[in-house]
Formats: sequence, C-alpha cells, structure tokens
Amino acid sequence: MPSYNIKVNGKSLSVEAEANTPLLWILRDELKMKGTKFGCGIGQCGACTVHLNGNAARSCSLPISSISNADIVTIEGLSEDGSHPVQVAWMEENVPQCGYCQAGQMMSASAFLSKVENPSEEDVHQWMSGNICRCGTYPRIKKAIFRAAKKGVTE
Amino acid sequence: MTIVKTQVNRRSFLKASALAGGGLMIGFSWACNPMEAERAAPKEWFDMNAFLSIADNGQVTIMSPNPEIGQNVKTSMPMIIAEELDIAWEDVIVKQAPLNSTTFQRQVAGGSQSIRQGWASLRMVGATTRQLMINTAAKEWGVDAAGLTTENGFVMNGRKKLSYGELASKAVGETIPEEVPLKDPKTFKIIGKSKTNVDMDDIVTGKPLFGVDYTADGMVYAAVMRPPAFGTKLKSFDDSEARKVNGVLDVITFDDNERPDQREIRGEKIAVIATNTWAAFKGKKALQAEWERSSRLESTTNHDRELNRLLNVSNSESLKRSDGDIKKAFAQADGTLERTYEAPFLPHNTLEPMNFFANVTEDKVLLAGPTQTPDWTQGRVAGLLKRERSTITCEMTRMGGGFGRRLYGDFALEAAAISDKIRKPVKVQFSREDDMMAGTYRPASKYKFRAAYKDGKITGYHLTGAGIQMGNATRENWFPAGGIENYKVESNNLNSNITTGAWRAPITNFLAIAEQSFFDELSKEMNVDAVQVRLDILERAKSNPVGSIDYEPEKMIGVIKLAAEKGNWSNPEAGVSKGFSCYYSHNTYVAEVADVTTENGQPKITKMTAAVDCGIVINPEAAINQIQGGVVDGIGHAMYGDFAFVDGAPQAANFDKFRLIRTKEAPKVDVHFVESLNDPTGLGEPSLPPAGGALANAIAGATGRRVYKIPFTKQDIAMG
Repeated sequence: MPSYNIKVNGKSLSVEAEANTPLLWILRDELKMKGTKFGCGIGQCGACTVHLNGNAARSCSLPISSISNADIVTIEGLSEDGSHPVQVAWMEENVPQCGYCQAGQMMSASAFLSKVENPSEEDVHQWMSGNICRCGTYPRIKKAIFRAAKKGVTE
Repeated sequence: MTIVKTQVNRRSFLKASALAGGGLMIGFSWACNPMEAERAAPKEWFDMNAFLSIADNGQVTIMSPNPEIGQNVKTSMPMIIAEELDIAWEDVIVKQAPLNSTTFQRQVAGGSQSIRQGWASLRMVGATTRQLMINTAAKEWGVDAAGLTTENGFVMNGRKKLSYGELASKAVGETIPEEVPLKDPKTFKIIGKSKTNVDMDDIVTGKPLFGVDYTADGMVYAAVMRPPAFGTKLKSFDDSEARKVNGVLDVITFDDNERPDQREIRGEKIAVIATNTWAAFKGKKALQAEWERSSRLESTTNHDRELNRLLNVSNSESLKRSDGDIKKAFAQADGTLERTYEAPFLPHNTLEPMNFFANVTEDKVLLAGPTQTPDWTQGRVAGLLKRERSTITCEMTRMGGGFGRRLYGDFALEAAAISDKIRKPVKVQFSREDDMMAGTYRPASKYKFRAAYKDGKITGYHLTGAGIQMGNATRENWFPAGGIENYKVESNNLNSNITTGAWRAPITNFLAIAEQSFFDELSKEMNVDAVQVRLDILERAKSNPVGSIDYEPEKMIGVIKLAAEKGNWSNPEAGVSKGFSCYYSHNTYVAEVADVTTENGQPKITKMTAAVDCGIVINPEAAINQIQGGVVDGIGHAMYGDFAFVDGAPQAANFDKFRLIRTKEAPKVDVHFVESLNDPTGLGEPSLPPAGGALANAIAGATGRRVYKIPFTKQDIAMG
C-alpha cells in the first residue's frame, strides 16, 4: 500500500492506505480520531466536515491521495480545551441534542466565521446549507454562530 | 411535603449493588465543568444503592439508567435524583448505566416516557438516600432524626453539620428507610433550573461517545449486504473481487432470522469482514450477488390503490367508536365537508447510521452500541444464539439520534450472528444507503374526514383511517371525541412485507397534520374563527362530554389560549398569514401558531410559536430545545419527506435523493410552557405532530392553496 504524509492538527503523520481511501476513514479508523463523523459518505450531510487549508471540506469525499501537504484541522484540533469561540458559543447556546452532527456544524461554522466577520442571516444560510441536523437544532446553531461572530473568530 | 412508602423489599434499585466500572469505553460525565471543580480528589467511593455512590469528599456519582438519544435524559434523570438528595449539582458526576433489568426499571428510550415513568422512582432514590444520610447523622450525634434537615450535601443540626462525604462510609449497611419525605415541588432548587447537557464538553471537543466510536481490542468491521428489495432473498453470489480488496479478511454468509418462516422469505445475508470500515464498504461494493423473489414485490402505486379502497370499508372490524347518529347529523346539516389526506413511508435517517458491536465467545456475549431498547435487544440476541440472558451484557453508548429506528434490534442481531460465526469482536456498520434501504419505516397512511355543521357548530364528525401495518391508525378517544354529539371513527389495516415501525410520534405524526388541516378548512367553511371552532368542541368535552375521553380538555384549552396570545393569533402582523394547530400526545398538550409570509410568490415560514403543557419542566433550556427540534423536524418532513417503493425496492438511498430540512428552511421557534406543578410528561415527541398542520394552515392563508398530501412539495408548494 502507498504511504502518505499528512498534517493533522499541526502534527505531521505518515499513513499507509489505498489511494482512494477517504480522509474520513483515515482519521477515524487509522488515527483513531473519532470526532469527525460519518453521516452519508457522499458529501451531502456535512457530519464529516474538517478544515483543509482553512476551508471547510467534506472528509468523506476527499481521497487521501488528493491531500498532499494540506493543513488538516479536525474538531479535536479546533482548540486544545474547547475554548474556540465557536465551541464556547455552542455550549452557551446549549445547541446539541443528540450531538452527532455538531462537530461538522462547528467545523463549517468556524471556517466560515474566519472569513466573514459580520455575517448576515443569508450568509449563515448559505454557508451552513451543507450541514444536516436531524434533531432540528438549526435555530440554536444560528444563534451560536451570531454569538461567536460577536467575539470574533480567527483561524 | 409528601411522605411516600419506599417498599424497600420490592425495590432492588434502593439496595447497594456494584456500580458498573471498567469495561465501559464511554466514561463518566461531570455535571459541571471539570475545569471549575477545585477540590480534593475522592479517595474512596461508597455505594448507597444502584443509582448512587458517594465519595469521601462529598462528590456523588449518579447512574443514568435510560438510553440517551438526544432527548437529554442523561442530564434530566440525574437532576431528579440530585434534587431529592439535596446536593449541589456541581458535585454530581453522571455515568451511563449498563442494562440491568433486575435493578433498573424500563431502560427504554421510547414513547417520550423516560421522565414520566421514571419520575416517582428517581425521586424516591434521592429522597431515600437523603433520609439515610439524616439517619446516619442522627446516630453520630445521638439525636432524633426528626429534628435534622439537609442543605446542599450536608445534614444540619442547628449550627452543627456533617457532609454526605463524611457520612457515606458510616451509611453503608444502615437500614434503608421505609418511609421518606418528598420535597414540595415549590421548593425545588435543581429541577426547573437549566443545566447544561452532561456530555456537552465531550460533544463540542469531539470525544468518542457514540456507537460508531466504540472500539475494542481485536475488533473487526463488517459491512452487510442485504436484499435490495423487500420480497427478495439471496440466490447466489461471487466474492472473488471482494476478497481482493486490501483489508478484507473474509466474506461470509450468516443467518439472523429468529424464525424459520422469516428465513424462507429473507434468506441469508452476506457480510464482508475487514480490518477497517472503508475496506468493508469497498469489499461490499465489489460483491456480485443474485437475488430471487421470495414473496410479494410491493409498490407505492399498489399501496395507494389499496389504501383508497380501505378508506371506504366500513364494518364491525373497522369501527373504533360511534356516538349519536352520524347519518342524521349529515342529513340535517347546514353544510358538510369531506377531505382526504395522504402521507408516504418515511425512513428515520438518524444522522448516525445504524451500527452495533458484538463479541460472542464460548460462554459470554458482550453487546455494545446505540439501542433504544437494550432489554428487548438482549432477549432477542439470547433467542437467536440460544444463550442464557444472564450471559449477555449490553452496554449503551450515546446515540446519534433515535426517532424510533433504534427501538428495533436488527443491527444488534446482525452483529451477534456475525460475531458468533467468526468468533471475533465485530462492529457492524451500516452505510447511509444501508440505513435508508433496510429501514423500519414510518408506514404510509391515508385519512378521510367528513364533517357536518349546523348553526355555526360541528354536529357530525366521521373519520376513517387506513394505514399499512398501523393496526388502529386513529386515536378515537382523543380530541375531538367528547365534544361532538354525532361522532364516528373507523380504521382499516393493510398488511405488507416491508418492515415498518415507530417513527417519532407514531401514527399521530401524520394523523395530527390531517386532522388539524381539516379543522382549519372546516372553520373557514363554517365562517367561524379556527381557534374558536376548537374551543367550542373542548368546552363541550369539558362540561358535558359525549362518551368517555382519554385527554383533558381543560389542558388543551390552556395551551390553545396561551399559543393564541403569544402567537398574536387575533392580531396578525402585516403581511403575515397565521396557521393554528393543536395536539395531545405522549401525555403532553401542545398548540402552535405558524407565521408564513410570501416572498416572490412563495410561502416562507418565519416563526412558530408553541405553547406546551408537560407538567413540571425539569430542565427548561433542554425542554425548549426538544420542542424547537420537534417543530423543525415536523415542518421538514411535512414539506419534503418522500419515500416510495417500486417492486419492493426503496427509491431513495441517500441525501441526494431524500431531502431533509436544512438551516435556511428552519424557522425561529418561540416556546412557552404552561406553569404547572403536575408530574412531568413527554417532551421528545409531542411538538412534532401539530407542526405540519400549523404550517399547512398558514400556507393556505398565504396562498389560497390547501395541501392534502405529504410532502407539500409534491403539490408544488416550495418554500421561499
């Protein structure tokens, strides 16, 4: 099997995998980082969202061979202790119900807020449209995003 | 204050039993933020009973007995114990209990009943342990226990006090009190105050919590190939390509049928065993399988025809209730209205696809994963493997949603059957396609409503339901029963070989939409205010009910008035169309007002106002979250939920074909609770049934168009 050097949460790692293995399964099964979730496998639900060079990306649809030297950040690397403004806002707004989609939601929200300082509701709708929450916590997700935006989010 | 008898000899949970330690990958959760907890580490723990263990430093471990699917019971059930125990919530550590049917009661997540049915015993656990602390302190001080009080984890005797931590070691072996006082709900300090989800830190930092995250030494992964259509079974297969996939260890067939007749119809399944999930998925894709017909191949078009036929079947079997004389009411009416409503099958689509872990060894079985029914699942696995239940352990992980799908243990049976065959610890992981195509679906149903009115009052009401494997598809003793003189309810059932089951608010998830849409249209026909029409019926049901009823009109009136007030029903904002709906389910009353505006000719729901009577609200912020979620879910599935079968095969397999509601389409949801000192009732489901009806009624006001069919998008209603 080919070997790939990747950078996850600031750490350089080497993994052996088939070229078409999605990053999601490298993270979950090889690196045992369970924070990034499997939802649909076709990039439709956003549960597997990570940052790829600061942009939100669906890790279920990213073959390991396509990543090369990109900086990957997962929910585990968003902050060391849950102190990222988006994580804090999620706690303060009591967003989660089952909690399964929320890592992906937070990764989408944090990538977006690092680019858009004062988002409008429309901006939020557009940026968050790729993340499904089956529990229906969308109204809280929105409130948490505006709360985090007020504090300012940098990468 | 109420004194209750503990009946200690009959309640095993009041006795000390070893708390589950080790084994559980899913660890404990601090009720408070651990970073804020500055205190000496506990040196020793003392088990008070099955639920409670108290450490020498005063910290308290509370076992949360029921499965957590996002309804937040892992926080709210311990809150009830902590309240009666009279401790500071910051001293609480919560652990998920494993299945233990002899000790705990009803370890089920279903029917919105965890809190309602757990309420009395959880209070008793806390109160009994509190009394135990008092009795122990009384002995220490040589005083009468009756003069002692408690406060925040201390027993108080004037200015003297002893902490529960100091008393814990001495309380072990003390006689368990036979009578204990319960707090007056007016004095509650924890219940009624919002507490953060005890798993919050782990959720926001991505810690392993869920079934998909569960791992064990030597664990292998299995992807299962199941029949692609209901009514077909495996004929033959070629696994040569699958075996070439890097990481694939083996390809096996297995039999997870509990009965021989099932085996005839469903046959065996194929499992690809691999070292990782991706290899298992890839191996499965490389399988070549042939299927043969084993029973009927059903299609939505046939179901449609059959259900239409059943809407007109009236016989002694279909009759559920009859009051007065329907025929006469229709003959003497000023006007009548008849409408038919229809809804399709629905998959559950929990965001965490089904999965389960099993490790079957010579003498033991370990099951672990997301299940709403650990007890039932354990029993079925015991039956399948012909093992004693006592040799089977079942651990519960947090669940990435349930909505009814995880009531069914099919995934656990698969894991057990595979592990039994390969004798390795195995995780069965469904792909989204597996999850959507091997579902336990919300069945399709139709309802025909007929009403007669005279002098501005409804004088006759006739409902006929027809559903697929729904048994009685109606709720004949609920609203509007008791409030209409001439009343008849009938229901007919259609059997199917498609697996169907409970889906959030079973039956009522569509019955309510149909009923509440009908009342709205009827009120317009009658030229009476839509809220007034409902209140008239309820006043009659309250003061002089026709026959017996299984709901409390007074409470329904309460939420209707509250929703009408908070949702500005009588005073709509400019450009806003209001839609009203109310429904009773899971022992809870909910009324909702939907605000719909029109943008570029398309309706847009901007706000939903919900009024709820669920008795005492344990954890307000979490309760609001449940109501909001139910409303969003209800709107989403009413607008977009569409699922059809052709020759037994589901026509959608992933989110590219099955549309779930997204951020843009979800309105703001304002939630108002009726203040109440009544025992708590359900919260996870009751806000869903009325939501679709409120939306339909507001759309009718905004566009002049009535929707009779789920999904609304099928009638060319698009959301702006």
